[in-house]
Amino acid sequence: MKFTEDHEWLRVEGDLVIVGITEHASEQLGDVVFVDLPEAGRTVTTGDEVVVIESVKAASDILAPLDGEIVEVNDALAETPALVNEDPLEAGWFFKMKVADLSALDGFMDEAAYKALIG
Amino acid sequence: MADLNRTALHALHLRLGAKMVPFAGYDMPVQYPAGVLKEHLHTRSAAGLFDVGHMGQVLVSAISGRQADAALALERLIPVDIAGLAEGRQRYGFLTNDAGGIIDDLMIANRGDHFFIVVNASRKAEDLAALRAGLPDCDVAEVPGRGLIALQGPGAEAALARLVPDAPEFAFMDVGIRNWQGVELWISRSGYTGEDGFEISVPDGFAEALAERLLEMPEVAPIGLGARDSLRLEAGLCLYGHDIDEETSPGEASLGWAIQKIRRAGGARAGGFPGAERVLAELADGTSRKRRGLRPEGRAPMREGVEIYATEDGGAPIGRVTSGGFGPSIEAPMAMAYLPADLPEGSTVYGDVRGKRLPARIVPMPFRPATFKR
Repeated sequence: MKFTEDHEWLRVEGDLVIVGITEHASEQLGDVVFVDLPEAGRTVTTGDEVVVIESVKAASDILAPLDGEIVEVNDALAETPALVNEDPLEAGWFFKMKVADLSALDGFMDEAAYKALIG
Repeated sequence: MADLNRTALHALHLRLGAKMVPFAGYDMPVQYPAGVLKEHLHTRSAAGLFDVGHMGQVLVSAISGRQADAALALERLIPVDIAGLAEGRQRYGFLTNDAGGIIDDLMIANRGDHFFIVVNASRKAEDLAALRAGLPDCDVAEVPGRGLIALQGPGAEAALARLVPDAPEFAFMDVGIRNWQGVELWISRSGYTGEDGFEISVPDGFAEALAERLLEMPEVAPIGLGARDSLRLEAGLCLYGHDIDEETSPGEASLGWAIQKIRRAGGARAGGFPGAERVLAELADGTSRKRRGLRPEGRAPMREGVEIYATEDGGAPIGRVTSGGFGPSIEAPMAMAYLPADLPEGSTVYGDVRGKRLPARIVPMPFRPATFKR
């Protein structure tokens, strides 16, 4: 698993990259009450706002970590947004994307580097 | 953050693991480890303990020594029935300015030989200035060295009764002074969550001991400003600086219910307060815009600042959300907005949420009925 400085995790599954947020980010956000997901099929560029997470406190964006195409979103979050708090690393994933070049993942932090970042 | 004020419970918040934020010049707990959602629901089902020690506590007495003089003096600034407020009773009101806007909303209690007023933390200076300038015939004194604790929820009565045995005899909006371990507690049966409960003014030196004693009780949990905000919003209550301010009048703010008949046109003590002409005309004739409740469809909250439109596309905004969020008890988003007063309840309007116009229904407030103990 790889990590971004924006507290996203990236996990490779076949030729897809699954994207979610870390436990640390989930705790900082507080109780998630709504997740605004993108449409599957959307082509995104690194840095595009693709997901909005509404917690009881505020709205936060999730940015596309890589160039590629969103091929699947986690529809379970529509009914149960709290999955982002309860199980951020598994059931609380946001979207799966197809990226041109999986080697681009090498540029992200590994778990040890991420842990060092959040102290 | 060294320049922020601290309440008497500051050290306790840190011990309880609160996340602290600056609020109205104070370093205050926004949430504890349980989180806003759980804190909100705990208050609705058991009892929540809130530090409201940042709020201002003010005593007003007539120089003549006669309480009736102080009451009539206060009525020169506050458009509610104060002369008719019985000893031991409290009432919601507000200070108005010459334009009929709201300087602050407050709670005012008749304590026999003086009035006890609780004002918003962010408006203390404006309130004291307005009271002092408008009441040359009264002593106006900010109470030094007292904290304020709110105990709210269906379990509040049983919890407080363990320390103050006759607490259950307080009716809604009753006030009284009781002793607890030799300490004077100023108690009112009121609050700002839509729940039954109490506000307790306690000397700073005993505030922590009182809070800890209450927190030892199984039904009592500490609750931060985050849940306080979602609770008051579900209850349809205004937050000063957001839903009301010096520009909004009581009529526009849908606060006409707080102005008793005796102070309205035709009443025995009609008017006589700043902005009375506008305020009373608006109560009689209505206003063009009004604070309305909104229930967005779906789950996306419409937060403060969201522009409201009459249609799904085009047109100029017809209003703007002043408070909005997610209501944990109603499990749905809710908002307050200033909207044209003539739009019927049940109408659908559209809030611009990140460039998308999402539908919302105009509904009566509160979003969740209050459970005050009358």
